[in-house]
Amino acid sequence: MSISRDDVTYIANLARLGLTEEEITHFQGQLEGILAYVDKLKEADVHDVEPMTHALDLKNVYRKDVPVPSLDPRSVLKMAPAVQDQFYKVPKVIE
Amino acid sequence: MRDDGLTRRTGRLANRLTGKPAKNCLYTHEVSDTKHAEMMNYEPVIGLEVHVQLKTATKAFCGCANIFGSRENTHVCPVCLGLPGSLPVLNETALKSAVKVALALGCDVKHFTKFDRKNYYYPDLPKNFQISQYDMPFSENGKMDIRAQDGVKRIRVKRVHLEEDAGKLIHPESGTESLVDYNRAGTPLLEIVSEPDLHTPEEAYVYLTDLKLILQYLDVSDCDMEKGSLRCDANISLRPAGTSGLGVKAELKNMNSFRAVRQALEYEIKRQAAVLEEGGSVVQETRLWNEKKQLTLPMRSKEEAHDYRYFPEPDLPPFVISAEEIDTIKKELPEMPAQRRRRFMEAFGLCEKDASTVVASKSFADFFEACLELYGQPKKIVHWLIGPVSFQMNTRGQDMAELRLTPAALTELIDLVETGKISQLAGKDVLQEMLESGKSAGKIVVEENLAQVSDAGALLAVIQEVLAANKKSVDDYKAGKENALMFLVGQVMRLSRGKANPKTARELLVEKLRSL
Amino acid sequence: MKLHGLTAWELRLRFQDGSAAPADVLSDLKGRYQAVEEKVRAFARPPHFEEDVSGSSSGAGALQGIPAVIKDNICRQGDPTECCSRILKGFVAPYDATVVEKLKKSGALILGKTNMDEFAFGSSCETSCFYPTRNPWDLGRVPGGSSGGSCACVAADETIVALGSDTGGSIRQPASLCGVVGMKPTYGRVSRYGLVAFASSLDQIGPITKDVRDNALVLSVIAGHDGRDATSVDLPVPDYLKEMEKDLKGMRVAVPREYFVEGIDPEVREAVTQAKAKLGSLGVTFGEVSLPHTEYAVAVYYIVATAEASSNLARFDGVQYGLRVAAAPEDASALIGMYKQTRDKGFGAEAKRRLILGTYVLSSGYYDAYYLRASKVRRLIREDFDKVFKDFDLILTPTSPTPAFRLGEKTDNPLSMYLSDIYTISTNLAGVPAMSVPCGFSKAGLPIGMQIIGRPFGEADLYRLAFHYEQNTSWHKQKPKL
Repeated sequence: MSISRDDVTYIANLARLGLTEEEITHFQGQLEGILAYVDKLKEADVHDVEPMTHALDLKNVYRKDVPVPSLDPRSVLKMAPAVQDQFYKVPKVIE
Repeated sequence: MRDDGLTRRTGRLANRLTGKPAKNCLYTHEVSDTKHAEMMNYEPVIGLEVHVQLKTATKAFCGCANIFGSRENTHVCPVCLGLPGSLPVLNETALKSAVKVALALGCDVKHFTKFDRKNYYYPDLPKNFQISQYDMPFSENGKMDIRAQDGVKRIRVKRVHLEEDAGKLIHPESGTESLVDYNRAGTPLLEIVSEPDLHTPEEAYVYLTDLKLILQYLDVSDCDMEKGSLRCDANISLRPAGTSGLGVKAELKNMNSFRAVRQALEYEIKRQAAVLEEGGSVVQETRLWNEKKQLTLPMRSKEEAHDYRYFPEPDLPPFVISAEEIDTIKKELPEMPAQRRRRFMEAFGLCEKDASTVVASKSFADFFEACLELYGQPKKIVHWLIGPVSFQMNTRGQDMAELRLTPAALTELIDLVETGKISQLAGKDVLQEMLESGKSAGKIVVEENLAQVSDAGALLAVIQEVLAANKKSVDDYKAGKENALMFLVGQVMRLSRGKANPKTARELLVEKLRSL
Repeated sequence: MKLHGLTAWELRLRFQDGSAAPADVLSDLKGRYQAVEEKVRAFARPPHFEEDVSGSSSGAGALQGIPAVIKDNICRQGDPTECCSRILKGFVAPYDATVVEKLKKSGALILGKTNMDEFAFGSSCETSCFYPTRNPWDLGRVPGGSSGGSCACVAADETIVALGSDTGGSIRQPASLCGVVGMKPTYGRVSRYGLVAFASSLDQIGPITKDVRDNALVLSVIAGHDGRDATSVDLPVPDYLKEMEKDLKGMRVAVPREYFVEGIDPEVREAVTQAKAKLGSLGVTFGEVSLPHTEYAVAVYYIVATAEASSNLARFDGVQYGLRVAAAPEDASALIGMYKQTRDKGFGAEAKRRLILGTYVLSSGYYDAYYLRASKVRRLIREDFDKVFKDFDLILTPTSPTPAFRLGEKTDNPLSMYLSDIYTISTNLAGVPAMSVPCGFSKAGLPIGMQIIGRPFGEADLYRLAFHYEQNTSWHKQKPKL
């Protein structure tokens, strides 16, 4: 599996990682190595095998529609990098 | 793909009509003179994506209250803020409400369903993924029969799935920052996706109206577009009339009312037609409806390729909905608007127009049925509801609940009119007084002395007075002029301040005149 | 012996007969901390020994007055919970994890948070943003990871008991390298509520202790159903302390041949072989079996775990808490730039590597080839275990292919680091319980551990084997010289 710099840049953007050029080179090589290793999965016969996405066969786990107390917003807002009133503040979102 | 020859042909046609060279630019209203040609050449293909907040007591995956209008960031907890370590647990009622909607829309409710994570970064999304449903929505393949202009049309519902709502972003006009409120984050949200079976903005409007009515009948959502509990995005493309392919579509967002959806679609049809007419091609993009300017504009932010990296939500085991559960929910479903309309027509002899009017508001129809329990004359009740009661609602700008009228109070009033205790005319005034003072009709009639006078003794005095004061009319009547009698009845009504029973007054007058 | 060297069980007895009080233990531990922490660096930040212990020895809780430490990825209200990552700098949990609630209710005294690989991404404790923790048996070596801080803390007698988390071996591998007992319970046995998620379908919290009895004691406190974790199972918690005392007669243990092939250190192989002989003398019968899909386990793990992690860690973006770095001048969007700079500066190299891999295997066009295929092979791995457990009660393997390696030895080769989890990750994929128990020392004096794997919710069987083995050996009684 060959991984291009563009692939790494595309993935880094999806993951919102602002990588430096050096990091891109570095990860390009490492990602290639890891993917070459995991390629061995192609040998496994998965014909008619259902994917397993949970470790347990649990089903229908619900919560009753009964309110519980919310947090005191001050307990979390005090950690926020930027707030205004009780809002979290972020750089302007352009739509 | 569009047939090139056809595009060129319609393009030339447009050039001939507008006398302008083809250009690929933002549509402006200049080309409205081509409207007729556009409408003949293109068929709009419209699909709607409706998001509806479910009005459960708590959010979809945590126990925070699901309430609108509180101070920012007050209904939040580790789960809906997506704090490290928190885990979602599904609200049982949310899934049940969702199944209700799916069944009411004739969907197949799936035996097995699961949740997936939709991954994308946005500040209103606390975890930077949304718990949604991807390849196994809990329901698919529904349908809605809408009453379009040219008869009933079946619109297919592609899928209904359950997901969590995002928080709310506020963009102050001035400043370089946006503000985030997570009260809404985690509210259970249904996504109802139609197939592109709609072909006019009006059909889209009717679809939305009918869908909203169904949701209101199910009592699962407030369906208030202003509060955002119902939101609608539209996909629209044009294709040459008579063809079956699909053109390049634009996604329209930011419509804050059904009217706005209709307007945005109307605008977009003209815009896309103009682009095509002028030989250009429609760009696949998201456009925002600008209510002030009454036009759609491309989103300013550069849209990225959507790569949402869906995968099964590992924190939520899957759900199995048994046939028995589906049957139970089906049995609990209330009567839907279409059924109710039919029943009102068949059981109570209402005409389609009246039945539709009553059914178009659940509270109105419920009120109608409550009145029927007390008073067995459906047509009389409908007459009052569609007439004077609606008039009061409109002039007051109140809905049925805000009017604070009880079925008992209204039927008492109707009975007073129907048994001749008060006249029809007086009845309307009594209704107004009832709504203003909260007093009963009977009490108002007594207090205002509005009871209709049918008693011969009491009326005779008034009649004597009228006859004495209108010698000429008496003579005219005697000379065979029937019109004079009408005048004299009117005088009796006037003198009795509307309380005289006109029928009794007329009979007594004739009797008196004969004896003169 | 100083009180800090005792087990919870031994302390309980002393509290009961009045020969010691929790305050004495705290005072001893404080002294021990001052003496050795500088060398070991087991804690993520200084612990607090000033717990209010009034009445704590008189309560009836199972861990009444027993000092405990928790890994830095477990939330405790009012405490920094930073997962040893710069990106969570200053995050103070506004709520208690369910295991913390349960510890408190049992009377345990939580001293503080232990060091770990950043977000549990690692097998050596070297990716912590603070400092690496050192192996108390050889300060030039790693304690293993990612729960290296908790394991080193127990091994160095800086605490009585500890909690760690295990996604692919993060409790068992460091327990093995530090010579302590570590249990990864069945997935769903212990609530994950309040554990900062690495890979949600693999993570479990478990106890790290000086011996098997303490381990069973702590698990009986933290296990059980929790309505706040939809993957927590509503099954009764057995009386592990009672169950483990039952003798081993008739117990059938499988030895998978795939676990004794290339890459295994001869000393490790020898120690496990010796343990097998010892167990045989205690009435256990052995049989060789095959877990044929073992060779795919590391590949499956690195796809599934990183995919889930890439999504779980997306929330660390500088909006609500933790580090925020403003967009750089070259960033087109102030918002996206803020995300990218924050995450670039906030995450270490191993975290970035895993986020990139996880994002890649889920991305458009690659999902089927990687994530979906891995999820299918995962089922085959689970079925391997199911088959073995039809004929056997337990499986015995080494915990780690080698004893503790040197600091820096594997940091430049991610794949070789990933392979140090080769014996432990299958059980996370399958969801079955597994524990590491000391079973010897290398010639260099480094601890070696063996792994016992059981049926889902069969923790009592694991404890039973481990307890009887421990009763007949003395490995667990040896202490590092610090």
